[in-house]
Amino acid sequence: MINFELIFPELFLALSIMFLLILGVFKKDSSKIIQNLSLIVLLITSVLIFNETFGKVEIMLFNDSIIIDYLSSLMKIITLLSAFFVLVISSNYLKTFKIFKIEYPILILSSVLGMIIMISSNDLIVFYMGLELQSLALYVLATFNRDQLKSSEAGLKYFVLSALSSGLLLYGCSLIYGFTGSTNFNVIAEQLNSNEYVLTFGIVFILVGLAFKISAVPFHMWAPDVYEGSPTSVTLFFTMVPKIAALTVFIRFLYVPFLNLIDQWQMILVFLSIASMLFGAIAAIGQTNLKRLVAYSSIGHVGYILAGLATGTNEGIQSSVIYITIYIIMNLGLFSCLLMMKRNNQYYESIDDLSGLSKNHPLLSLSLLVILFSLAGIPPLAGFFAKFYIFKSVLEQSMYFLAIVGLLSTVVAAFYYLRIIKIMYFDKEIEKYDTDHSLWLKFSLSASTILILLYFISPSQLIEVASRINII
Amino acid sequence: MNFPILSSLILLPSIGALFLLFIRSEKGNQKTIKYVSLFTSLVNFFLSIYLWILFDHETSAFQFVEERVWIEDLINYKVGVDGISILFILLTTFITPLCIISVNNSIKNRLAEFLIAVLIMESFMIGVFCSLDLVVFYLFFEAGLIPMFLIIGIWGGSRRVYSAFKFFLYTLLGSVLMLVAIISIYWINGTTDIVKLYEIGIDVKYQNLLWLAFFSSFAVKTPMWPVHTWLPDAHVEAPTAGSVLLAAILLKMAGYGFIRFSLGLFPVASEIFTPLIYTLSVIAIIFTSLIALMQEDMKKLIAYSSVAHMGFVTLGIFTIQQQGIEGSIIQMISHGLVSAALFLSVGVVYDRMHSRLISTYGGLVNIIPKYSVLFMIFVLASLGLPGTSGFIGEFLILMGTFKDNFLVAVVASVGVILGAAYILWLYKRVIFGKIINSELRQMVDLNKSELLILSCLAFPILFFGFYPDPLINTIEVSISDLITMYNINLTNN
Repeated sequence: MINFELIFPELFLALSIMFLLILGVFKKDSSKIIQNLSLIVLLITSVLIFNETFGKVEIMLFNDSIIIDYLSSLMKIITLLSAFFVLVISSNYLKTFKIFKIEYPILILSSVLGMIIMISSNDLIVFYMGLELQSLALYVLATFNRDQLKSSEAGLKYFVLSALSSGLLLYGCSLIYGFTGSTNFNVIAEQLNSNEYVLTFGIVFILVGLAFKISAVPFHMWAPDVYEGSPTSVTLFFTMVPKIAALTVFIRFLYVPFLNLIDQWQMILVFLSIASMLFGAIAAIGQTNLKRLVAYSSIGHVGYILAGLATGTNEGIQSSVIYITIYIIMNLGLFSCLLMMKRNNQYYESIDDLSGLSKNHPLLSLSLLVILFSLAGIPPLAGFFAKFYIFKSVLEQSMYFLAIVGLLSTVVAAFYYLRIIKIMYFDKEIEKYDTDHSLWLKFSLSASTILILLYFISPSQLIEVASRINII
Repeated sequence: MNFPILSSLILLPSIGALFLLFIRSEKGNQKTIKYVSLFTSLVNFFLSIYLWILFDHETSAFQFVEERVWIEDLINYKVGVDGISILFILLTTFITPLCIISVNNSIKNRLAEFLIAVLIMESFMIGVFCSLDLVVFYLFFEAGLIPMFLIIGIWGGSRRVYSAFKFFLYTLLGSVLMLVAIISIYWINGTTDIVKLYEIGIDVKYQNLLWLAFFSSFAVKTPMWPVHTWLPDAHVEAPTAGSVLLAAILLKMAGYGFIRFSLGLFPVASEIFTPLIYTLSVIAIIFTSLIALMQEDMKKLIAYSSVAHMGFVTLGIFTIQQQGIEGSIIQMISHGLVSAALFLSVGVVYDRMHSRLISTYGGLVNIIPKYSVLFMIFVLASLGLPGTSGFIGEFLILMGTFKDNFLVAVVASVGVILGAAYILWLYKRVIFGKIINSELRQMVDLNKSELLILSCLAFPILFFGFYPDPLINTIEVSISDLITMYNINLTNN
């Protein structure tokens, strides 16, 4: 008996997308309405997920190809809410570039639909379907400012490299299918004979594909260019939302069918993690464009998330989920600042444009200061706790090398965060920026700053939420 | 008594800082800003005096303990004081108001922000000295980097950016290994509560590595030779109040950490590594004293003298003798007062002449006599003349060292002579001699606030020099119990 009630949120989202598309075609100048309706759709979907499925103990649907459990519901809600904030703070930016079109919210909704399918997938085919849906929407989003050369270049680059990685991923899927006779995670787990080392090839190919999606080193090459070229609001989307879905698939894929092969994939994850942390820290030092810098910093942060996954324990998964949640909050604040750097209808994104910000805009620079110190992982800000949980779970498994390299790379990373602070606080001021920001932008900046600043007062809440994730 | 006095001490300055955040930084508000911050820090000072009065000298158990669950099954917010930590809290609350008064003369722009940074710094520093949980300690220990970075970077001298970065990255690099060690302790012993860890003890096979991890952090912060190079840079470029905070309090965090954690948690490793500490301390004493002799910049000279004095402190701590550790704590308190006073004294002439070079000055005794007298007191305290607090500390440390290792004590004593040499030579070149630079004649003597600050510092220096009993009474029992515990742990393993 198929229980449609449980996938009602996905169905609702899919139907709304079609409805909005039709509305956009038939009604002229409807971009504002569609933007608002999309926001409502995102909220309703998350409420639906919260009501229908939140807290349910593992339910399988459609021949076990879709799984609904605490992890999936939690990650879906995080995805939807982050997409909500991306959409709500990007409208002014899009209007400035005259690309405030109906396609933008609809594309975001479609990619979100792809992501929540990915999050729920318990089957290689379903997972691939979700992945492609979100990727296709993302290619278009990257080129959304199509009059700009950089944006088109970003989209094309993303498309070509992403197609390549999808190819690798599919090849991995077919290898696994060949050896186990099924694409379903549970069946694979049952069929698994740990002596079949050839399966490792399948795992490696799939890991490569996934590592590409979350831009882990050495599959990160696309990230700086795409992040720099895409419109800022889309970059914000890239840095946060697809990572949530890919992370969930990472967890599900490694921990459900292949937990017994942990000796095989743990090394790969440790390598990806160390390489990302170190590379993200070192390569960001020379950057002068803020969006590029954020790209490298996000590569570094992905390294920490992978460190949590590499542990092979529930605590590790929980710490990764906590990390990505805090990371999203920090990123939201950071990009809100970026979207506020506007003067005479032009957005500034070079690191030197922040020069002397503290004198002209004391509150904005104070928020940015808090966010940057938090990204650097300095206590007592939220970013420190995120790292603390990760390293706590890493050290539980006595992975000292990973922990020490990770912590040393935070010191290197601190350098470039400090450099931004130096430019804001120690350098001479330049012209003022506009201050007529939308209420939502101000809200998202102040909310994220306050959350980061005051997280230390009661850190237990987030742990409590994460501690109910139970995969193994 | 249920009043959470320690948490109030930690929180009060931050609340003051929050209040400052909402005062608009206009010209007319400068006075309000100063008074608010001064008031906050003075209330904190009196609160800490009250704490000292209530403090029970007869026991080494932690007092005024507050414990609250912070992260379920992981960290408890736990604070408390014993004889070792209470003096550092007093030092912090005593120095901060003086820093705030001193901004009258030295800080010209962004006053509100500066005072916010100083007050938040005070919160963190008090937190370091009274936290009884390793994670809480680490939190406060690291958090202090943020305000100090800004103080050096925004209000510092010409090479402030370089110095601020060097300070931040050096100390951060030292500390991350400590974080690994703290989390490892959690997994080894199941708790990070210091009181419980004292009781359980840490398995001998882990002690050496953990000790080294803590050492890497404390050695940078102390600073010990050869990782002391950030200190002269940071001191020279920081504004006067920043140098005072750095020298008087920040450096003491590490000395305190050595006593509380290295000795308390890892006795076996401490015993093994004592020769290392002795060597580094003796090198620091001799080597940096010689460097100090060569300095042309007054602030740099005092910065190097700080390294040398902290060399005595680490030497005293690892004698594991009653006198040695008592001497170290008194030396730290005394150095806190004296180095603060010396930096403020340099600040006084710098504010007038905008030069820190020794060669600019000469013959000041004829122009500004009041200043010269006070400066002399501090110089004599720095070289450890009997009758000043500096003497008590150095004397006790050397006494402890003689008991433990004759050779080291002899070499360290040479350091005392060198210490006298560089500081007296500084005094001679600045204060005596002929007035070569005619611009100096326009200098005015101390104004009211400067006189107030410097005499406030001179008083305890002389008072505790003649009558150190209040200090020794406070720390005596805690230290003798610490040493007993140390020896018991040593024989058991």
